[in-house]
Amino acid sequence: MNTIRKNDLLLIGLGIVVFAVLQGMMTEGLIGAFWKLNIFIICINIILSASLNLINGYTGQFSLGHAGFMAVGAYVGVVLTTNFHWPFLLALVAGGAAAALLGCLIGLPTLRLNGDYLAIATLGLGEIIRIVIMNIQYVGGAAGFTGIPHLTTFPWVFFVMLFTLIVVKNFVNSTHGRACIAIRENEIAAEAMGVNTTKYKVIAFTIGAAFAGVAGGLFAHCFYIINPSSFTFMQSFNYLIMVVMGGLGSLTGSIAGAFVVTFISAALASWPEFRMIIYALALILLMFYRPQGLFGYIELTQIGIIQRLKLKGGHK
Amino acid sequence: MAELLKTNHVSKMFGGLKAVSDFDVYINQGELIGLIGPNGAGKTTAFNLLTGVYQPTSGTITFDGKSLLGMKPYQITQHGIARTFQNIRLFSELSVLDNVKIAYHSHVKYGLLEAVFRMGRYFQEEQEVTEKSLELLKIFKLADKAYETAKNLPYGAQRRLEIARALAAQPKLLLLDEPAAGMNPQETQELMEMIRWIRSQFGLTILLIEHDMSLVMGICERIYVLEYGQIIAHGVPEEIKHNPDVIRAYLGGEA
Repeated sequence: MNTIRKNDLLLIGLGIVVFAVLQGMMTEGLIGAFWKLNIFIICINIILSASLNLINGYTGQFSLGHAGFMAVGAYVGVVLTTNFHWPFLLALVAGGAAAALLGCLIGLPTLRLNGDYLAIATLGLGEIIRIVIMNIQYVGGAAGFTGIPHLTTFPWVFFVMLFTLIVVKNFVNSTHGRACIAIRENEIAAEAMGVNTTKYKVIAFTIGAAFAGVAGGLFAHCFYIINPSSFTFMQSFNYLIMVVMGGLGSLTGSIAGAFVVTFISAALASWPEFRMIIYALALILLMFYRPQGLFGYIELTQIGIIQRLKLKGGHK
Repeated sequence: MAELLKTNHVSKMFGGLKAVSDFDVYINQGELIGLIGPNGAGKTTAFNLLTGVYQPTSGTITFDGKSLLGMKPYQITQHGIARTFQNIRLFSELSVLDNVKIAYHSHVKYGLLEAVFRMGRYFQEEQEVTEKSLELLKIFKLADKAYETAKNLPYGAQRRLEIARALAAQPKLLLLDEPAAGMNPQETQELMEMIRWIRSQFGLTILLIEHDMSLVMGICERIYVLEYGQIIAHGVPEEIKHNPDVIRAYLGGEA
């Protein structure tokens, strides 16, 4: 019990150190505007991949609608800050809540589907959300929503990311998270062990959607304008790639996946003609040599040396 | 002795096929009952009816004074019936310990917020669950393998883990679907002793399906024999052994 608390504090401490270093480099001008924006995007993508991992990796429900939930959060957020001058925090929370509500409502019927069928249903859902937004003149339709205040700062993205990671980590390490993992492993056995499978699928889906909504709010306030084409199903695929690349069911994997994917596409921005080729090549190689993803069900804290040190300390 | 489970004319139709018909059994508190029958007799279907995987086409099932009709499998488990599966269904990628911990799910009281922010009852209950799980693993001689992945266990150990996991759900009635399938005679012998022991230790009532006659005849107090979805005989092991219908069902013969 005390070791768990100590580990939590250690992780938060580590997070703050990383934050301080990056923040220092930004104020000193060591990181230019381009990489600064990319660090923002990496943090936002970590939120998205961690929350998608909760649905796809931990609960084993193949969802492809994450960009849709992100769009809901983004649009609710920008309307509240731009037109109603709400504080940023409240707008983010409202965006997350709207996405969560939608996730819950959509999850109840669609989570009865399995595998491919659920993937198709959630893919359709993402597209429906995008097209509905495109046809609402109040938010600018296809032209996009303009005049968004630039509210997203580095502390915001970093600490929301840290909060997301802690929430997801604590969730999966509780009886509720174990219920979700049991559904992934064997749904029939999970139900026979007293797990209300529908309830936990919907809970995972709702939490995932909520964080996608918050990430959408953060994303939108990085720019002066957003439009529906930022939230196509290609974006959903992109997040899925991050999760699969990092490893399904591994939070460290989600971080690594989001980092690697975003970093590769940013680093190759100057060679757009090679970008997709190298990107595809990286994925093919990964699937050849490490189909379970970079981490695959394993957290950084469970690897080799760290685990051995822990064992020396003893599992009691 | 109080009646724990009673079924009344339970039938299950799959299209035109009567998988189970007029299934009438009663189980008293603390009994150890066997359900036997040739392949395809409907034994597992009967189990699936009792655990809510299937809903009966007609008839009633009463457990502990309450009707089980219309309940989902997880609700039935929460009411106190836990089961194992004929084809092992462990959470194979998880550790042995986690497999058992999951089964405590319906007895954990802390809520979602307490879990996410690690407040309130979280630490105390998690510790309790871990300790209880380890104790249970010790009983089933799995304690030294607690942190191994379940799929890497030898077959006999996987079967034991399934029983341990079912017990973690703290049932009143335990349903074992062919617990000795694929075990060698010595393992079967050990399993028999273990079943006897857990029954007295946990005050359990047990219903088991089994093909291994030495196990069934050795430990069951009463036996139901199922053939073509119907109960053809019922009684103590001695009676069943000499029942002509049972011999015919198993060995064949003139109808």
